[in-house]
Amino acid sequence: MTPLLQVRDLVVEFRFRRATIRAVDGLDLDLDASGTLGIVGESGSGKSMASLAIMRLLPQPAGRVAQGSIIFEGRDLLALKASAMPAIRGRDIAMIFQEPMSALNPVMRVGDQITEALHLHERIGSAQAHARVMEMLELVGIPAPAERAYAYSHQLSGGMRQRVMIAMALICRPKLLIADEPTTALDVTIQSQVLDLLKRLRRTLGTATLIISHDMGVIADVAERVVVMYGGRVMETADRATLFRDPRHPYTRGLLAAIPRLRDHRRRLHQIPGSVRPAGPPRPGCPFAPRCDLARPVCAEQDPPRIVLGEGHIAACWAVAEAVS
Amino acid sequence: MTATAVLLRRPVGTLAAIVLVLLVLVAIFAPALSPYDPLTQSVMQANLAPSAAHWFGTDQFGRDVFSRVLTGTRSSLLLGTISPAIAAIAGCALGILGGYFGGVTDRVVGRAIDLLLCFPELLLGILVSAALGPGFWELVAALGLAFLPRFARIARASTLSVRREPYIEASLSVGCRHALVIWRHVLPNVSGPIMVVLTLWVATAIRLEATLSFLGLGTQAPAPSWGNIIRDGLNNLFGSPWPIISAGIAISVTVLAFNLFGDAVRDLLDVELDE
Repeated sequence: MTPLLQVRDLVVEFRFRRATIRAVDGLDLDLDASGTLGIVGESGSGKSMASLAIMRLLPQPAGRVAQGSIIFEGRDLLALKASAMPAIRGRDIAMIFQEPMSALNPVMRVGDQITEALHLHERIGSAQAHARVMEMLELVGIPAPAERAYAYSHQLSGGMRQRVMIAMALICRPKLLIADEPTTALDVTIQSQVLDLLKRLRRTLGTATLIISHDMGVIADVAERVVVMYGGRVMETADRATLFRDPRHPYTRGLLAAIPRLRDHRRRLHQIPGSVRPAGPPRPGCPFAPRCDLARPVCAEQDPPRIVLGEGHIAACWAVAEAVS
Repeated sequence: MTATAVLLRRPVGTLAAIVLVLLVLVAIFAPALSPYDPLTQSVMQANLAPSAAHWFGTDQFGRDVFSRVLTGTRSSLLLGTISPAIAAIAGCALGILGGYFGGVTDRVVGRAIDLLLCFPELLLGILVSAALGPGFWELVAALGLAFLPRFARIARASTLSVRREPYIEASLSVGCRHALVIWRHVLPNVSGPIMVVLTLWVATAIRLEATLSFLGLGTQAPAPSWGNIIRDGLNNLFGSPWPIISAGIAISVTVLAFNLFGDAVRDLLDVELDE
C-alpha cells in the first residue's frame, strides 16, 4: 500500500538578510490513508513549520523549503507550481489551527465561511451547498446548526468555533487533515470533546490525520504513530504503544517523565533541565545535547546516527547507539 | 443596539448626518431651489444687502448670492466626495497589496507613499492643477492624487495587522487564492478605519476645493463654486461683504458637519487612528 503522505529529509529554512535559521532539519514522515500520525515537541521544535511546509503556506518571503520532498498521493507537492496549490488545499489536504478565537473571519457569518470553502472546490447549487453545510455542522456536533450558521464567530464559544473550523476544513472531504495544536487553547473538558470528535470523524470519513501537539496526552489519545521532534530534528519515531512502553531517546524519556501523575503528588514535578535553544543556523550535533543527562563529547560534534530498534522504531542518539552495539 | 438608540446616544453625529443629507438634497435640487439664475447679471441690482428678494444679497454684477451658493454646493460636494473616493480606491488597492504581499511590493509601495507624503495636499493640488491646467475635473484628479498616500498608508497598516490574523491563514488553507482572500477577508476587515478617514478627508477636500478655486485653479468663472464666490467677493469686499460671508458660512458648516460625522463614525466603529 502506498502511503498517502511521505515526507523525506525535509529541511525548512528562514532566510533573513543577515542570518539563515533552520527550523526543520531532515524530517521524515509516513502516513497511510486514514491513518493517524502525531508530532510531539516543545514550542520551537519545528513541528508547526513542518505542517505549514506540507501546505506550502510557510511565512513569506523568508520561509522556504531548502531540501527534501513531500510526496502526497504519489506526486511531490514541492515540485508543483504555487498556483496549483489552492486547488489542493481544502480539497485534498486541510488544516485546523491552534487559535479558534481568531481563525474565523470576524465579519463573516460562520455558515458563509464554510460555504465559501465548499464553493472553492465544487460546482454546486446554493440549496445543495446549504444542505451540505448543515450536514457537516451536525456531524461536528453543533446543536441547532440552522441557527448557528447565521452566527458570527464572536457569538460562539471556543469549543464551538473549533468545531466550525473542523467543519470548514472537512467540508470537501479532504484525504488528509493537519491539526496543529487543535485543543491547546481550549478548556480541558472541551479538549477531550474535540479530540473525541476528531477520532470519530476519522472513523466516519476516513480522513488521515496528522496531529501536532506539545501535549503527550493528546498524542497518546489520538495518534497511532508518534514522531518526537526537538530543535527541528526527529529524536524518536515509534508506534504509540512502543513509544510509551519503551521510550529509548533521553528526550522522549524526559518528556514522558514530565507528565504529572495524580498518584504520587508528594514528588516534585519532573523537569528537563535547561531550555530550548533558539533556532539558529544549521549546526552539527544533537540539538538536545546541552540538556541531556547522557550527553557525551561526540553529541555536540556529530549528528547522531539513526538507530533502528524495531519495526518502525527509530531513535537518533549516540547513547542509544552505544547501548545497542 | 437599535437605530434609535444610536441616534439618541450621539446627538451631535446625528445632527451632522442630517445636515449632510440636507446638503446633498440642496446639491441635487439646486436649480429648483434657486430663486434666480446664478449667472444672470443685473447692473441695477449690484451690491445689495440681504433682503426678502435676495436672501444673501447680490454681488458686484447683481447676481443673486443665495442662488450662487446653492449652485456652488454642487461642485463642492461633488469634488469633495469624488476625489477622496478616487484616492480611497486607488490608495487602498496599493496599500493592501503592499501590506498583504510584503517584500519588494511593500517596499515599492512604501517608498511611493513616503514620496507623495512629502508634499502638502495643497501644494500637490496646485502642482497637478498647474500641470493639467485649471478646471473642475483637473482639480478632482489633483486632489485624488494628493489624498492617495493617506489612504494607502492606513490601508497598508491595517492590512499588515490583518495579514497576521489566523483567519487569513485559515482561508488560504481551505484553498482560497490570494485575490479572493484579499477581497473577502482582508478588505472587509480593514474597511472600518478607511471609512473614518474617508469622511475626514471629504471635509479637507471641500476646504481645498474652496482654496484652489479661490486661487483660480478649480471651477472656472462664471460657474459658481464656494471658492470662486469668495474670490469674486474679495475683489469687491468694499462693495458688498455678503458673498464672502455667505460662502464662508457654507464652507464652515459643511466642513464641520463632515468632521463631526467622521468623529461619530469613528466612535461607532471603535476605530483607533494614530494620526
